[in-house]
Amino acid sequence: MSRERETISGARGLDRDEALSFEQDSPGRSGVDLPPVPDAPDRLGDLRRKDAIGLPGLAEPQVVRHFVRLSRMNYAIDYGLYPLGSCTMKHNPRLNERLARLPGIGDVHPMQPQSTTQGVLRLMSELAHWLTELTGMATVAMTPGAGAQGEMCGMMAIRAAHEARGEPRKRVLVPESAHGTNPATAAICGYEVDSIPSTADGRVDMAAFEAKLGPDVAGLMLTNPNTCGLFERDIIRIAELIHGIGGYFYCDGANFNAIVGKVRPGDLGIDAMHINLHKTFSTPHGGGGPGSGPVVFSEALAPYAPLPKVIERNGAFELVEQEDGPRVGRMKGFHGQFGMFVRALAYMQSHGRDGLKQVAEDAVLNANYVMAKLQDLLPPAFPGPCMHEVLVSDKGLDGTGIETMDLAKALIDEGYHPMTVYFPLIVHGAMLIEPTETETRQTLDDFIAVMRGLVEQAKAGEAEYFKEAPTMTPRRRLDETLAARKPVLRWVPDVPLADAAE
Amino acid sequence: MRYLPQTPDDRAAMLSAIGVASIDDLFSDVPSAVLNAPIDSLPDHQGEMAVERYFQGFARQNLSPASAPCFIGAGAYHHHIPATVDHLIQRSEFLTSYTPYQPEISQGTLQYLFEFQTQVAMLTGMDVANASMYDGATATSEAVLMAHRITKRKKSIISGRLHPHYRETTETLLRFTPYDLEVRDPVIGGQGGLEEAIDKDTACVVVQNPDVFGEFKDLTALAEACHAQGALLIVAVTEVVSLGLVTPPGAMGADIVTAEGQSLGVPLSFGGPHVGLFACRQKYVRQMPGRLAGETLDADGKRGYVLTLNAREQHIRREKATSNICTNAGLCALAFCIHVTLLGEAGITGLAEVNHRTASLLADRLTALPDVKLLTRRFFNEFALDIGRPAEPVVEALAALGILGGVPASRLFPGEPSLENVLLVAATETVTVADIDRLVTAMQEVSA
Amino acid sequence: MSDRKYTKEHEWIEVSGSEATIGISDYAQDQLGDVVYVDLPDVGREVEKGAEAAVIESVKAASEVYAPASGEVTARNDALDDNPALVNESAEGDGWFYRMKLSDPSQLDDLMDADAYAKFLETLD
Repeated sequence: MSRERETISGARGLDRDEALSFEQDSPGRSGVDLPPVPDAPDRLGDLRRKDAIGLPGLAEPQVVRHFVRLSRMNYAIDYGLYPLGSCTMKHNPRLNERLARLPGIGDVHPMQPQSTTQGVLRLMSELAHWLTELTGMATVAMTPGAGAQGEMCGMMAIRAAHEARGEPRKRVLVPESAHGTNPATAAICGYEVDSIPSTADGRVDMAAFEAKLGPDVAGLMLTNPNTCGLFERDIIRIAELIHGIGGYFYCDGANFNAIVGKVRPGDLGIDAMHINLHKTFSTPHGGGGPGSGPVVFSEALAPYAPLPKVIERNGAFELVEQEDGPRVGRMKGFHGQFGMFVRALAYMQSHGRDGLKQVAEDAVLNANYVMAKLQDLLPPAFPGPCMHEVLVSDKGLDGTGIETMDLAKALIDEGYHPMTVYFPLIVHGAMLIEPTETETRQTLDDFIAVMRGLVEQAKAGEAEYFKEAPTMTPRRRLDETLAARKPVLRWVPDVPLADAAE
Repeated sequence: MRYLPQTPDDRAAMLSAIGVASIDDLFSDVPSAVLNAPIDSLPDHQGEMAVERYFQGFARQNLSPASAPCFIGAGAYHHHIPATVDHLIQRSEFLTSYTPYQPEISQGTLQYLFEFQTQVAMLTGMDVANASMYDGATATSEAVLMAHRITKRKKSIISGRLHPHYRETTETLLRFTPYDLEVRDPVIGGQGGLEEAIDKDTACVVVQNPDVFGEFKDLTALAEACHAQGALLIVAVTEVVSLGLVTPPGAMGADIVTAEGQSLGVPLSFGGPHVGLFACRQKYVRQMPGRLAGETLDADGKRGYVLTLNAREQHIRREKATSNICTNAGLCALAFCIHVTLLGEAGITGLAEVNHRTASLLADRLTALPDVKLLTRRFFNEFALDIGRPAEPVVEALAALGILGGVPASRLFPGEPSLENVLLVAATETVTVADIDRLVTAMQEVSA
Repeated sequence: MSDRKYTKEHEWIEVSGSEATIGISDYAQDQLGDVVYVDLPDVGREVEKGAEAAVIESVKAASEVYAPASGEVTARNDALDDNPALVNESAEGDGWFYRMKLSDPSQLDDLMDADAYAKFLETLD
């Protein structure tokens, strides 16, 4: 690895650092030209702002360059394979972006009279139809802002249903392999979290599960396919057991993309399930949101689904915002993440029922292909076919002195975004690889070759490089301890604003 | 299917490499009775043109603010979005990346989040801000929960002039917690005895400024009353452009500020996704919900950014996390950040001034009409009118004339007879004098 | 050092006169890795044996620190606010957490002394 020569500018060809916008300030400069100020009285008087805000002045060309340069420091699906397990980084069709921006769709105000919003209401109704048909469930609450809020919506419906029966109950069973949002959500809903162990084949330990059942159990939160990338074989029995004690079955639908068009969760005995539209239906991840987490409900929980909802009456669509009853209350402002609804429905319309089934099949095929081609070097954590993602432990790195994180960082130098690491927590040094259905066989073969090569290098004793990696990125490994011990969460001017104003 | 690259040959070769005969062998853990259930009611796949045509059908059935004078606010505002904003957020590296879990190849996202946090802290007059939340309503609900964690007290007082969606969202979040909400009545004007209600059990007081009827208030005395009892003051801002012109909540003594950031860079999109802003005093930062980007150094000693203070969050704290929130509103936060960067100090103060004076002009013109009374004394770009007759049919009649004339207060507060004749009207920089003329003429027409 | 006692949750407690000092063991800090923040109880707070008294955060983990005995907090180690690394550098010295007035000193009787704790550590892992 020869060190490149230092440049005068500090840049390396197309790679360059970019100062904070605040460090590029020219007071008075602006990137917008405003309409003239109308001649009308001021009505704020002595409550007008007295101190400067502190924002920098940049012209439009500077702003464009600033953000384009920042963008070049990011990895992206549009650039390459992004096998981040449990996140489903699949291709984001640009048609969906165009449709979300159509005049008459992207610019409709949520508080317009409903007579002027029939089209967007019909669009919501159409998406709701797709979601209930694909899941085989009775109804859907469209409003939750993201998957985690969808979980909360579902668990609140469960609690509301128990309370309506006059027995709030206390415990919620959550497998120890669950995503962290599950226990956090149960706690917000006032439940105690009771953890269920996993078996040696990565599934719910049925004996332990049955032993924990009792009249104070409100329900179960189970991800299916689960966080180990496996289908819960006993799921129908699990549903029967939880219903048998009067509890409800919440399914974390994060991994619905593995079974969409193949299996309807309603056929499994599920009472509530959120759907991450950015995963299964490919709305863009956007650097971490916005998400959207509609929740489908069984007949038993349908009366508790929150408002607003769209209904059709005499050929007209109506947004029901208020209604007496036992429903879970409003989840967020207005009517849900409508812009994400547009993209998801465009994705569904493009794929159709036949394409969606193919989505699940190809996602599962690709994951199993990666598993098969790596298993001699990186044995899967659990036996048998996986679903849309393959989970391996760090056993393949035993004795090399290299840990999962080091392998991930070396992958970055090789031009790949790493897989998910150290999740789920129940597998030591976990690596969760989710290729998704939108990758070619050639891309998978290239990735497999790199993974194999890295493991071989690790075994050959190149630990020193792995500990240094990545070496070719805009930044090397960052000091997270320093960041957390002395948090610097905003830029501050060298001269504090208050002093400058004096 | 254009998005699925595997050919039948690829699939056959891959199945053979895996060592199974058919795809359903990989689904062998699924009970066979539920595998491949037919879904008859849905159509098969379609090409781009067909899908676009289908969506044009939805678009044609709406009257959008782009084609009609728009005076609607009530928590979402029709502002101009510079072309640069929408171009830049569609850069592949922003649109199709995810949470910056690997900071070495996510510095772009992390740096803009750091800039975003700085912008939000500056605009609100607070010490620190997080990397955004779902929207203003959920941010406000999380602020109330945070106040209970900090004070370990039982009761929160919610102003009656808080946007009802914010109030209801807060009620939902707190429904199954041990905390109580004391919600005041929606009375236009007056402080409504908030100060007197604060006691040693009070965790926080939540007010909106300008309030849902548009009234902007000096909250200094309320902040002092809160602090005298050890309670926190939470201030919600639904029109973030106001912060370009008004004394910010931080300067009035607020402890937590929440806001809806949609007005800067984010399309209306029928109510979402928008972007929640969340800022607080430095001393409360470890109780703050949501993601945070922080500055640090890399192995070569260069400045860089990481997600930090993770130990508050659900993936580590699980059932003891400050919140169950997992994402932020990344791309909407980026849109906000780009728009604010374009505006700069001069731009945002200027934009706020145009909004304020346009609304002021609108108020003068509308109150010159017979039977129309202005109910809001000090406002930014939105105000309440008593129009002397039920507002809802008037809004419908205006819509029939192609004008989005405001929001009847009855839509926000159904069943409040005192608000039946109240109309909320907003004006942003997109409203022209010709638009105002049209509204005034139409109001006379529908009242005749 | 003779009267320093340890819990199975890796807290230590040492009584001096009417006051006891509490911290976490060197073993515990090593397991946690770089400590980035310690949330200490306020002076005057009544803590109960076995209940959560403090929270310690590293970059990748957060752990509750339970009170080894009941009592009223009389002092907190303010130095940890600015320098949480003290816990890593000197867990059983300058990195102490808080002091308290014990309400029932006999609660310490069933805790381990240094030798017993060392033996207990050998049984782990």
